[in-house]
Amino acid sequence: MEIVQSIVNGIMLGGLYAVIGIGMSIVFGIMGLTNLAHGDLVIVGTFLCMSLAAQFGGNLFLSLGLTAILMVLIGFILQKYLVNKVLDKGTEPALIATFSISICMANLLLLLFGADARSIQTPIASTNIVDTAYFSISAVYFLDFVTALVVIAALHYLLGHTYFGRAIRAASGDAGAAELMGVDTKKTYSYAMCLSMLTAAIAGMLVGMTFVFYPSTGTQYLIIAFAVVVIGGMGSLAGTLVGGVVLGLAQLLGAYFFGVGYQLLCGYLVLLILLTVKPEGLLSTAVRK
Amino acid sequence: MMRDEVMLEVESLNVHYGDFQALHNVSLSIKRGSVVSLIGSNGAGKTTLLNAIMGVNKPTSGAISFLGERVDGLPTHKIVAKGLAMSPEGGRVFPKMTVKENLLMGAYLPNARGKKVAAMEKVFSLFPVLKEKSDDESTFLSGGQRQMLAISRALMGAPSLLFCDEISLGLAPVIIKDIYRTIGAISHEGLTIVLVEQDVKRSLKYSDYSYVMLKGKIVLEGKSAELSEDEVRDAYFGTNRYAHY
Repeated sequence: MEIVQSIVNGIMLGGLYAVIGIGMSIVFGIMGLTNLAHGDLVIVGTFLCMSLAAQFGGNLFLSLGLTAILMVLIGFILQKYLVNKVLDKGTEPALIATFSISICMANLLLLLFGADARSIQTPIASTNIVDTAYFSISAVYFLDFVTALVVIAALHYLLGHTYFGRAIRAASGDAGAAELMGVDTKKTYSYAMCLSMLTAAIAGMLVGMTFVFYPSTGTQYLIIAFAVVVIGGMGSLAGTLVGGVVLGLAQLLGAYFFGVGYQLLCGYLVLLILLTVKPEGLLSTAVRK
Repeated sequence: MMRDEVMLEVESLNVHYGDFQALHNVSLSIKRGSVVSLIGSNGAGKTTLLNAIMGVNKPTSGAISFLGERVDGLPTHKIVAKGLAMSPEGGRVFPKMTVKENLLMGAYLPNARGKKVAAMEKVFSLFPVLKEKSDDESTFLSGGQRQMLAISRALMGAPSLLFCDEISLGLAPVIIKDIYRTIGAISHEGLTIVLVEQDVKRSLKYSDYSYVMLKGKIVLEGKSAELSEDEVRDAYFGTNRYAHY
């Protein structure tokens, strides 16, 4: 019954993919900006978390907390002093700005840490939380999925039930009208970027615990984020989770049927098929133009 | 509260869009508690003037003062925080939000948040239909209801001056009458209101003072009761003694 195992792993992994994609979805949904640096920023989070964990004797909670603070700070600075400035000139210059951030981050990591493969060591690395005759769930994969649920629930509350969240949604719907309500949209964009970076920090830690990583793996996660957001639908929280799970399942079932070498290919084939059949995404709330 | 106090003063305002001059030396003053109408055809510069006052576009020269304080050059959200509100043309309600969420956006500013419950009761009493629809997404409202929501949303921030840009555009006469009756009621409670309209008759009927715009200039002004409809119509269309503009 290896297929059951593949399905279970696909769903769990989908959670991780959702957390990777959600930050990109937030930024796209709010300022219409495709953040090409998102994957690299996730990996920056991974490296920060790894270094801090080494500093603090493997205390992952402390290092995640510090990573989150640092990442939010990086996001705020990048948004305020770079992206907001170029966003005035249209979304293309902003796209190029994020591309340059992506290159800078990847090379900075290469300079600081070298090209070696690394991973974040955790005490739960080789434990299974569920063990049945048919399938098992590893503690790390379980953590990936539960974190996704928590992150999405928290974002759902924040966006739906707070002034800050409503301001973000209003600014994404009609920035001019939001200004008329007294919303400082530029500041809101910066806060949205901070929120996105907070999720990137969490995604970064999970990636480090789940997979090996290199300074150059950012692009791989950018593509995953893209796939998740496109499959699920831009700007939809539930869609992000659905997108993650669909991608995770496509990859692991592809690996099951055709071999591990086809894992990534199968994921992207499903993405391409869905782009053809349902280009607005499975749960998109956006109106097709 | 002094009734003759000037709330908003616009002095020789010029606005350019690139090489095109959209406003020429526009001056006006709006007194506290009055209803002022700004009349003009499409492209006369009404919305440009409103946008300049609200900080949406930057004037090339001139001054805008609100309660004696210069506001030109400030970003929109700071101008709104000073007590100016606008119900923009077409309403521009937030599409993916419910009626209630739209109203809460109107109470976004810190000093409006504390009074949001009372403010919502108030707008529900002005437009009861919004209460019935409070949990519906604003996309499902009719044109008239959307306009009511836009006005209510602007009122949620307890402004001291309200601009209503083309609130009757594309609505059925019955609805327009209803909305204008409410505007009258709000004005009775002391709110200063500026109505931007294309309909000459309605503008004169519901306002104390009127300005008529033509090709980016103010060509006629006066107490609404004392202006003749024919005169205003000439100014509006640029006919007879207004032909040289």
